[in-house]
Amino acid sequence: MSTGTTLTRRGVLAGGLAFTFAFTAGESATAQPGTGALNAYVAIAPDGTITIQAPVPEMGQGTNTALPLIVAEELDADWTKVRIETAPVRAAYDSPIFRSQFVVASLSVRGYWMPLRMAGAQARRVLLDAVAARWGVPVEQLSTEPSTVLHAASGRRMSYGEVARFARAPATLPEITPAALKPISAFRLIGRDVARFDVPAKALGQTMFAMDVRLPGMLHATVARSPRLGARPLSHNGAALLQRPGITHVLPLDQGVAILGERVEAVLAARRALSVQWSPGEGATHDSEAALASYLQDVRDATKPGVQVLRSGEPEQALAGAARVHSAEFTTDYVYHGQMEPLTCVASVTEAGAEIWAGTQWPSLVRDEAARILGIPAERVTVHMLTMGGGFGRRAAIDYAVEAVHVARAVGRPVKVMATREDDVANAHVRPMTAHRIEVGLDAAGRITAWRHRLASDLVVPQLYGRARLEAQRGVDHIVTYHANVAHYDVPATLTQHLYREHGVRTAPWRGIGAGPNAFAVEAVVDDLARQSQTDPLAYRLALLRDARARAVVEAVGAMADWNRPRSGTHLGIGFAKLGLPQLGEALAATVAEVTVDATAGTLRVLRLWCAADVGLVVQPRNAMRQIESSLLWGVSSALTERLTIRDGAVQQGNFTDYEMLRAPETPEVQLRLVGGGEVPLPVAELGLGTVAPAISNAVLAATGKRLAALPFTPDRVRAALAG
Amino acid sequence: MIPLNVNARAVTVEAAPDTPLLWVLREHLGLTGTKYGCGVAACGACTVHLDGEAVRSCAIAVGDVGGRAVTTIEGLPGGAEHPLVRAWVAVQTPQCGYCQTGQIMQAATLLARSPRPSREEILDHMQGNLCRCATYNQVVDAIQHAAREA
Repeated sequence: MSTGTTLTRRGVLAGGLAFTFAFTAGESATAQPGTGALNAYVAIAPDGTITIQAPVPEMGQGTNTALPLIVAEELDADWTKVRIETAPVRAAYDSPIFRSQFVVASLSVRGYWMPLRMAGAQARRVLLDAVAARWGVPVEQLSTEPSTVLHAASGRRMSYGEVARFARAPATLPEITPAALKPISAFRLIGRDVARFDVPAKALGQTMFAMDVRLPGMLHATVARSPRLGARPLSHNGAALLQRPGITHVLPLDQGVAILGERVEAVLAARRALSVQWSPGEGATHDSEAALASYLQDVRDATKPGVQVLRSGEPEQALAGAARVHSAEFTTDYVYHGQMEPLTCVASVTEAGAEIWAGTQWPSLVRDEAARILGIPAERVTVHMLTMGGGFGRRAAIDYAVEAVHVARAVGRPVKVMATREDDVANAHVRPMTAHRIEVGLDAAGRITAWRHRLASDLVVPQLYGRARLEAQRGVDHIVTYHANVAHYDVPATLTQHLYREHGVRTAPWRGIGAGPNAFAVEAVVDDLARQSQTDPLAYRLALLRDARARAVVEAVGAMADWNRPRSGTHLGIGFAKLGLPQLGEALAATVAEVTVDATAGTLRVLRLWCAADVGLVVQPRNAMRQIESSLLWGVSSALTERLTIRDGAVQQGNFTDYEMLRAPETPEVQLRLVGGGEVPLPVAELGLGTVAPAISNAVLAATGKRLAALPFTPDRVRAALAG
Repeated sequence: MIPLNVNARAVTVEAAPDTPLLWVLREHLGLTGTKYGCGVAACGACTVHLDGEAVRSCAIAVGDVGGRAVTTIEGLPGGAEHPLVRAWVAVQTPQCGYCQTGQIMQAATLLARSPRPSREEILDHMQGNLCRCATYNQVVDAIQHAAREA
């Protein structure tokens, strides 16, 4: 196989993230005759079957359908003739945003939007050029209907399958510019729901997750992971475990001990009997409760400036000169991903290279790290991007794949390394807990003059991207501080400061990342201000919102929830959030929660959620709404129950029995509406999350006059807050 | 050697009697539609039927199964044409999909005794089946869809 089409990218990341693509002459992807490949994304068989490569792995987000659909649109493909393959890991399939095959931040559809349109248009152009040559007509006289080339002047038609019998991609592929793309009004597929390709196999249990891979001669393995970063195994009782039937190896690793055997049940039994003494590592005395208290001290201590994340106007001056300053504090606890498939990776290392079967959000990094570990070129590492049993950011970290490579190399046989749920929890890569202090300056008329948001937490960027990246960003951890601002509100001076301490806790992106905790704090304060000015919270937001799109989602959700209708026994609260990067476009959502409060038991029940969202151009409306619904319910789950604690440097929870996530009976009814629109698709899959915790807390405020300021709203906290 | 009746087929497996049924199904018999999620009967991903009752296969020793009929997702009558599978596709329930076979096996025992279940009845019946993607409302829709089609 040659390297296929090259995307040249001008001005990506540099130059203000302007997306200007041109598809140019790369090496043709059709070097092998008979493959039907027209470029890196499209191959057409003589029977008309169109194979489209999905460039990123599926973890439930639906991109394995939505991304090929974008190619099919510009190709003018008959969708019933399309089959989808998950692409290999290769530069031709990189996201222009990450320059990598990497699925995070709800940016796959956004990132691949133009490259995939270009790829589809280019493949179509190859077909048209071939037909023009065969019929001896100018290519400009040709047009297409789904999977058919037409010559209107002569009435001739030819199906794509027929064209594929003689069309060959030229050595230099035709260059496509954005001007050659379809106008949005001509879309036949984008914007109309199709069935997701992955659903039938999932309903039948036929989807291949990493957990399901079986190779000849494969050993099973599980790893006892060190309780914290940097802790190494000093001693263990592996010699005794090796006496057990079926146990083949006990291997000390850099930060763990692996047990291997012929049968998974023997390995799991040995894991229960394994005991390891660890070196202290980092943060051996870390205690999450004590650390959260220290975070609160940090955000209160005005002598600590922290890292400046965002600044507009003259916030210090405005705060000093304010007629009144409103201040409020909030905390959020560590949370765990709880993806249903415990982390699993299968690896085989031979003289020829390495082959890896993984559910990973960052397949390019798995390939490159494996190559680095093994000292071989990346081309000799094959990564199979399997469907993930949930990702949510945990699988942006590749620790479990790296371990599988080490173990497979050590034993010279294929190995499946599977975490037990208990080890998956113990090795949680948490969303950092946070403390927030927000100070709002108000003038004599009650107008906001300044907004200062001080945020304290652990860091994510150094663990995900390396410390150099943090330094290059002047200490700004953009993941933790995501949306710690009030950009859409009419506030003349703002300041966001981040005070961080590192505790040796493993961290990773977690659905919505910093947007969840930050929107909680911001939107609770907005409601506080509305209450102080004796203004309805929804009306207060409309008065404060400048952005027309933002106003539209708030107005829409008010209508959906019938906001002004008095309720009996239930209470409404609202939250607004955005998701995305200003340079790439931000999706917006507003949510109303209908909540009941049992003050004696300290329990809250969310009965209904209404959400209006503006996600720009929508490729797959039903799937987009399902993604938003899922993120809303993550908002409920993380607001009500999810809490991971650390004592003496170790995670205190062990399984789904004591790390509680949303279950069916607590699920609210959800009503969603997509409003707005636009020229490009915006982030979807994490959008609702940030709106929910503030909506619930604001509903409780409306009901009781008391603020729930610590996430999650556990019964003891609710009782304490309502008694206070 | 332990004799079992799995998906209407008599099989024997060479496993220790205390081996969880889950691993016998997945590793000895290659029936990987049944999933490991927690190992302590807290998530429902490993749900199968024993004589038509939904059980967590991670918490049942293979030696205790005896002559009871084991049914996994692979043995669901009709396969892709089973009303619940058709409903799961029609409603497009899956997000990541990992828990969905357990959800379907759990749902099947509800429809067996309550042909027109309400939303509350369904949510209550599905209490032990975690879905981290939180497709619970789509699980309700799919079960009611199957009930209507049946």
